[in-house]
Amino acid sequence: MCGIAGVIHRDGSSDIGSEMTSMLQSMKHRGPDSSGYALFGQPTDLIVIRFKLADANDPRDFDFKERLERHRMEIETRLSKIGASIDRVESETEYAYRATVRYDGDVKALADYLEDVPGCEVLSLGHSLEIVKDLGDAQEVSSQYGLAGFEGTHAIGHVRMATESDVDISGAHPYWAYPFSDVAVVHNGQLTNYFQWKRRLESSGHRFQSECDSEIIAVYLAEKMAGGDTLKEAMEQSLDDLDGVFTYMAVSQDSLGVAKDEMAAKPLVLYESDELVAMASEEIGIRALIDHEIDTYDPYEGQVLVWSR
Amino acid sequence: MEQVTGAGERRTTYDARGLSEPVAEVPHVSEIDGDRAVFDGAKLTTRQINLELRNLIYEQGIRDVTVKNPGAKHSIGVGILQRCRIRFEGSLGYFGVGLIDGPEITITGRVGWSVCENMMSGVVRIEKNAGSLTGAALRGGDIVVKGAVGARTGIDQKGGTIIVGGDAGSSTAFMMQRGRQIILGDVGPGLGDSMYDGEIYVGGTVKSLGIDCVPGEWTDADTELIERKFRIYGLGSPPEFQKFVCGKVLYNYDNLEPSERKLVIH
Repeated sequence: MCGIAGVIHRDGSSDIGSEMTSMLQSMKHRGPDSSGYALFGQPTDLIVIRFKLADANDPRDFDFKERLERHRMEIETRLSKIGASIDRVESETEYAYRATVRYDGDVKALADYLEDVPGCEVLSLGHSLEIVKDLGDAQEVSSQYGLAGFEGTHAIGHVRMATESDVDISGAHPYWAYPFSDVAVVHNGQLTNYFQWKRRLESSGHRFQSECDSEIIAVYLAEKMAGGDTLKEAMEQSLDDLDGVFTYMAVSQDSLGVAKDEMAAKPLVLYESDELVAMASEEIGIRALIDHEIDTYDPYEGQVLVWSR
Repeated sequence: MEQVTGAGERRTTYDARGLSEPVAEVPHVSEIDGDRAVFDGAKLTTRQINLELRNLIYEQGIRDVTVKNPGAKHSIGVGILQRCRIRFEGSLGYFGVGLIDGPEITITGRVGWSVCENMMSGVVRIEKNAGSLTGAALRGGDIVVKGAVGARTGIDQKGGTIIVGGDAGSSTAFMMQRGRQIILGDVGPGLGDSMYDGEIYVGGTVKSLGIDCVPGEWTDADTELIERKFRIYGLGSPPEFQKFVCGKVLYNYDNLEPSERKLVIH
């Protein structure tokens, strides 16, 4: 089933970490397997890299901790080797990290070089995007990663009921649009031409970290945007190119968009005000954010809507 | 298997999926005045709201209940099989007021997917928009949505009338079997796809007709129906409508049994 949620503040910033936790927690029943966030803080000159070196449910063998520490040191060595100046590398959990670096080079080369370290998956990379995802409900993940008080402008989130692939962090949403910085996707639905697009995109040099069909959307959008499309153009084209039932949200550094397949088979409820736009698979997700009576509506089949700050 | 934990004054049960639900006890929070009652649902769970409603209607014989702040919670007001009036001041989530038989219900906000599913009789007025699958498998009664509705309105409809003041999405009246739909606005693609019977009236444009849905011949009975419904629900003067019905040319409308068809083909 899965539940998705998004919020964009038209002006100014807010505690989007807490906001997204409230929205996702109210929809826990739609997906208790894992929860994920794509949060946009204030853009900086630094590049923020969220990565993990193991999965939450990997077996804890005797040298697990020693191996993680060795791989973490290897990450720092490689960052230096590729020309990134390390500002900070912090452990978020036993296996997940947040690094800030100064780097002007090729983002894809950087991500590929880091992911060559065994067990490493770059979850997000950008000047303001930070993807956090792990097993459990939103309150657990928020508490684990200290997301309350995360100040930012917009965010999307996902609670997952695993249907197409394993229950692990790699199968959790959001997906970063590798190797396009500051773009991420959450999806509710199933894509039926997943393998065709995966083969096509892999032959163009894109990498996939999971067996989850939703990862296709992120990489697809990245491919289109790398070719010069805007986020909205890429999303509109996806309605023709992707088969199946889907409602997905995509975010870039200054925009949040939503796309619905032509059968409108997956739900979404929208609320717009002068201050913000909020959306969720169920209205209770929006009401977790807004405590007064509101007017909401469902977007129609085949619609792409994009809001920019 | 259900687990129970003690947490101070409030016991919480957990179902097999780990989702919590307070113990099923009527909260008794209504203000009762004669045969009328009002209560606030803001701090109640779905189960508590429904228990309070059922207690008022079935145990105390109240015939006019107002529920404030339902908060878009799911499955509110389901299974009421009694003639009574219920007013929800706010919005309902998914599967609201389904499986009802008799009540007259007003919802001042919007409703989510599958409102009035399998409704048998009564009247449901929705002042704002409704989500997809409005009136799914409707068997009788009237549903009046003042705003727009999502996709697949009246899917598998078996009777009753659905009136929509705004637009309707794709696959409206999909597999409709009986009953009527009156859509004042525009309708998305695939109207009446695979319908078996019934009438659909559209005041706006139709993006495309579904398989076996064809324009129908307008009769005096259609005029009488439209005027009566507009008068009952205070909808003003009816616009000019197009009528659509089932063409009955799909394979399932020939007179042969499947075994006989096989004989003919071979």
